Amino acid sequence: MEKFTTHTGLVVPLDIANVDTDQIIPKQFLQKTERVGFGVHLFHDSRYLDHSGKEPNPEFILNVPAYQGASILLARENFGCGSSREHAPWALEEYGFKAVIAPSFADIFYGNCINIGLLPIKLSEDEIEQLFAQADGAKLNLTVDLPNSNVSFTNAKGEQIIFNFSLSKFQKYSLENGVDSVGWTLGKLEKIEAFEAKMPTWQ
Amino acid sequence: MSATHTSLTMYEKLWQNHLVEDVKDETPLLFVDRHLIHEVTSPQAFANLRFHNRPVRHPKRTIATMDHNISTRSIKIDAAGEGAANQLRALEKNCKDFGIELFGMGHKNQGIAHVMGPELGLTLPGTIIVCGDSHTATHGAFGALAFGIGTSEVEHVFATQTLRQNKAKTMKIEVKGHVGNGISAKDIILAIIGKTGSAGATGYVVEYCGEAIEALSMEERMTVCNMSIEFGAKAGLVAPDQTTFDYVEGKEYAPKGDVFEQAVSDWKQLKSDDDAVFDSVLTLEAKDIKAQVTWGTNPGQVISIDGCVPSPDSFNDPIEKESCVNALAYMDLTAGTKITDIHVNKVFIGSCTNSRIEDLRAAAGVVENYTAKGQSVQASVDAIVVPGSYRVKAQAENEGLDKIFSDAGFEWRLPGCSMCLGMNDDVLEAGDRCASTSNRNFEGRQGRGSRTHLVSPEMAAAAAITGHFVDLNS
Repeated sequence: MEKFTTHTGLVVPLDIANVDTDQIIPKQFLQKTERVGFGVHLFHDSRYLDHSGKEPNPEFILNVPAYQGASILLARENFGCGSSREHAPWALEEYGFKAVIAPSFADIFYGNCINIGLLPIKLSEDEIEQLFAQADGAKLNLTVDLPNSNVSFTNAKGEQIIFNFSLSKFQKYSLENGVDSVGWTLGKLEKIEAFEAKMPTWQ
Repeated sequence: MSATHTSLTMYEKLWQNHLVEDVKDETPLLFVDRHLIHEVTSPQAFANLRFHNRPVRHPKRTIATMDHNISTRSIKIDAAGEGAANQLRALEKNCKDFGIELFGMGHKNQGIAHVMGPELGLTLPGTIIVCGDSHTATHGAFGALAFGIGTSEVEHVFATQTLRQNKAKTMKIEVKGHVGNGISAKDIILAIIGKTGSAGATGYVVEYCGEAIEALSMEERMTVCNMSIEFGAKAGLVAPDQTTFDYVEGKEYAPKGDVFEQAVSDWKQLKSDDDAVFDSVLTLEAKDIKAQVTWGTNPGQVISIDGCVPSPDSFNDPIEKESCVNALAYMDLTAGTKITDIHVNKVFIGSCTNSRIEDLRAAAGVVENYTAKGQSVQASVDAIVVPGSYRVKAQAENEGLDKIFSDAGFEWRLPGCSMCLGMNDDVLEAGDRCASTSNRNFEGRQGRGSRTHLVSPEMAAAAAITGHFVDLNS
């Protein structure tokens, strides 16, 4: 997993609530045995007019020329709900997103993002509204500062705005250091063996 | 109990019983008893094990099945297309290389993971069960802490037999009294989701309780717990009781003899303490629950059979209002339309929510009532019945249910996840409108541009024959 410290990039606003992982990556693209090849299919049904993905839908926000190169996705409540497919964060990451900002995330999706190094950032409804207002017209370049747990930008009046977010200490440590979580836990093997030794027979 | 006894919920007990380590500044580490895997969310986890040259720590705690993208017309691996076949063959090789038991194509134990686990006794109360599938919450019906995980976590469980999990909040959902005649478990859970909204339990583990829940069979409890994820819950739980113990006893992989007796004695300690405090409580009156039909594009957009498609103006919350506008456009529905006036051209009876023997019996019972009057599946409707496992299929055929369905014009298929998510060729066309016993009515879930109405098996059977939704109790 790549380390995440700070990142500055263009924000693309996806103004839809309850975006589920079926929308993020439809089922017909889940038949791969590798971890790559999902970015091109991100938001397929909204992004393309045809089944084969050759005709971009000009009205979908990711296809608007001004938002090309965006690396931060701004979303609405309950983002990533539904299926547990990790292919959804894989697709977002491969497309080029480094962070997703929303007022709330579905639990499994949130954990999956952390596990692959895609930063999910929860902000208040009011802060999200301010970001949506600012992001219109591809005018919002945002800096994500993980060590200081904040995002910052310059508003239309030229003022520097900072919003703080929180992340559990271990999640933050893992992201900042690109921790191999399996390797970390394997370092605790004695604890696991001690637990197993005390388990009841039926278990 | 220690002198400083504090009252605990069932979730908190399950948590304590599985806590390997909880140290400052680290996410707590929990032991995982049972890991169910399938072809779609496991290959990348196996690939990473190989890359790091790591073994599966406890191969016997993992069981594999083929369910998500298999054909329901043929037991041949190649029948569901090249991509599916690649994944299925990869699962065969991975299970062989890492020493994991696999129920492959046509095996007598093959089935949807969440149908197969319980019926084989792989699902036990008091355990932690995970699977790379969000409907793992199904197993919570046994008083197991069961939840869906991503592929990175599948890899973590393979290598360590543990998971890192932050503690969830607790929610009690009590369904008081008894439901009326003909009201199914599916109606109960849809009514709950209608009340909470599709994200109402995000961050929570839900415990279902009350007379109406206690009265349910194990299969009905599974239907309720299955859809916990559909209102955001991490997991759903029902306290194990005599119904649970009777169901588990004698199952192929369940403990036997004295070990079973010891297990039951431990399982009886799991229920929430009387004075346990939940972070949130929701109460419903069972008698108020009517047959449910979803009208929108998330499971919270649901209404009773005697209702009408709602108007966006009936929602105060601006996001719900906008979601309603979008859902009506996608579903091609007009506010004010009676639910019983909605016509369907496809019917799907199946999925980990409603493909067990009791579901098929209930649906077949409705079909028989119609066939007795000379009615069969409408010419304009394609209806398929997909049993949840080969065991369910065999039992249904033994009881002659397959014949009841076939004679009435339903297609009787082979087990699999099928049209719930349409990874195989059981896909709806754009514009199709389907009465489905599955769990998700998301845009495009069953096929791009297709429209899904979530209902009980009884309602789906009636819709196949009449061509529209029917209030079977009126």
